[in-house]
Amino acid sequence: MADGTFTAGAAPRVESPGFFGFTLPQGIAFLVMVAFVLVSPFFLYPVFLAKVLCFALFACAFNLLIGYAGLLSFGHAAYFGMGAYVTGYAAKSWGLPPEVAIPLGGLVGAALGLPFGWLAIRRAGIYFAMITLAMAQMVYFFALQAPFTGGEDGIQSIPRGTLFGMFDLTADLTMYWLVAGIFLGGFLLIHRIVHSPFGQVLKAIRENEPRSISLGYRVENYKLLAFVLSAGLAGIAGGTKALVFNIATLTDVRWEMSGEVVLMSLVGGLGTIFGPVIGAGVIIAMQNYLAQFGSWVLVIQGVIFIACVLAFRRGVVGEIGNLLKVKL
Amino acid sequence: MIETILFELELALPQVVLGLVNGAFYALLSLGLAIIFGMLNVINFSHGAQFMMGAFVAWMLLNWLGIGYWGALVLAPLLVGAFGIVIEKTMISRLYKLDHLYGLLLTFGCALVIEGVFRNEFGSSGLRYATPPEFKLLDLEFGDFFLPGYRVWVVMVALVTCLGTWLVIEKTKIGSYLRAATEKPQLVQAFGINVPRMMTLTYGAGVALAAFAGVLAAPIYSVHPGMGANFIITVFAVVVIGGMGSILGAVVTGFMLGLVQGVTDVFWSEASATVVFVIMAIVLLTRPAGLFGRA
Repeated sequence: MADGTFTAGAAPRVESPGFFGFTLPQGIAFLVMVAFVLVSPFFLYPVFLAKVLCFALFACAFNLLIGYAGLLSFGHAAYFGMGAYVTGYAAKSWGLPPEVAIPLGGLVGAALGLPFGWLAIRRAGIYFAMITLAMAQMVYFFALQAPFTGGEDGIQSIPRGTLFGMFDLTADLTMYWLVAGIFLGGFLLIHRIVHSPFGQVLKAIRENEPRSISLGYRVENYKLLAFVLSAGLAGIAGGTKALVFNIATLTDVRWEMSGEVVLMSLVGGLGTIFGPVIGAGVIIAMQNYLAQFGSWVLVIQGVIFIACVLAFRRGVVGEIGNLLKVKL
Repeated sequence: MIETILFELELALPQVVLGLVNGAFYALLSLGLAIIFGMLNVINFSHGAQFMMGAFVAWMLLNWLGIGYWGALVLAPLLVGAFGIVIEKTMISRLYKLDHLYGLLLTFGCALVIEGVFRNEFGSSGLRYATPPEFKLLDLEFGDFFLPGYRVWVVMVALVTCLGTWLVIEKTKIGSYLRAATEKPQLVQAFGINVPRMMTLTYGAGVALAAFAGVLAAPIYSVHPGMGANFIITVFAVVVIGGMGSILGAVVTGFMLGLVQGVTDVFWSEASATVVFVIMAIVLLTRPAGLFGRA
């Protein structure tokens, strides 16, 4: 779609919803993002880009909870990591093709999110964060001891397989297109969820929970569904990552990973549509360039965390949006 | 029959004691968290890192300055507590008007920085801090059962410290200010008490408590940069189980869960790492506010 037709179709008022629930500036930003996704593999290393997109989807899934339901999960690594393990195991030991293995990872993420979310939504705020973190630690210990995860070694040399029996994913660029498709699909799905009546109720709960209850909404069900959706998408992101890198290890379920996804969303801008994508790009690029400095990556991540909380709470996209006076 | 039971018991006893030692650390750490949370409304995510700092400061004092265990027991909490005061003054105090979650995120960032710096300096492998020889006097031995005196000491000191902290908060004038400021900070400030300074000192005290626990832990666990992170997540679960409401609740829950973990280790060792989290789930189902918490 060309830019011109898009603008012509949109109403002149800036904030009015246009195509697919995007406002005009959001629509433009979306087209820029799609253009970048399509063009970038010809200039940058596709595996790096695929990693960015996996984490972007992971961060978007996390952002669905914090941005629209106001729930800060500090344990999203559990769903991401289990998604990676299950997809990896299905692809390697059962020889399942990627079009089955990746959704399986998502299903497991969602299935895990159901009981964990059910427990965690009993408390709010800081307690919610602590409970999700503790649950994720339980999953970490499970992954450490369970036979199918390979303990300290993880699952290694996971085959990427052949998509629909036609596209051989061992070629990095083909793999990238699959990841790009999954990312864009997930992104639009999240966008659709946020702009559905369900999403509107979620926002109402975030803004004023007692009022939502008195309006007759079963608040727990809404929160739980948001949690399960978020966990499922995190599982898909983890599964995709496992295929891109051919491994699923304890790193994927560790608490540092939960912190990383929080950091990505924070850097990009909590509660913005494009923030988690930008944040994932920034953090992954930083990790890539600073890899030779070893543990300093941890220090720099911590400093970014502190700087964001103290001085930069809107994040990159939030600040840009504030500058341009638009909601991105 | 009785003999076999006695034999089982003798096998179980070291695990139970180990559980009690773990429980002592859970109690000390969740006590500090509860004090900080009560006053500042901040969950101190860097509590584990500050615990680790306590252990490292003890190691550095010994190996770089030749100051032994007893000196470290006093100096390390003071040094790390002062460090905590700097963090509170420069960073945390800016966040009191915001959502509590920002406090959690900020202290998480601090934890990453601290852990990263120590990883760079000391690597990820553990350092050894020898048990001071004077604790040989406390060694307990009956039959095949041997209990190192240092562990007895840790449990006793933790109990005394917890009790002392409780007495200070419940029975002294400073404690009454603290409790009043926790309930109604504006009102207490209107009476001419410097509440911001109290918050700073409270954070410093909580951090010092974590560092104190770190010094106690140094001879038992290997001193390494990840030691705090391993502990703190379990302590978070302990806090959820106990509820943040009461100081005594934090202490009792800490010891209790350490004990449960120790006993679980005897019967089903694979589950000992996760039992605390399972208990947390059960408590959330039956008493969401926690065992000692107020809804």
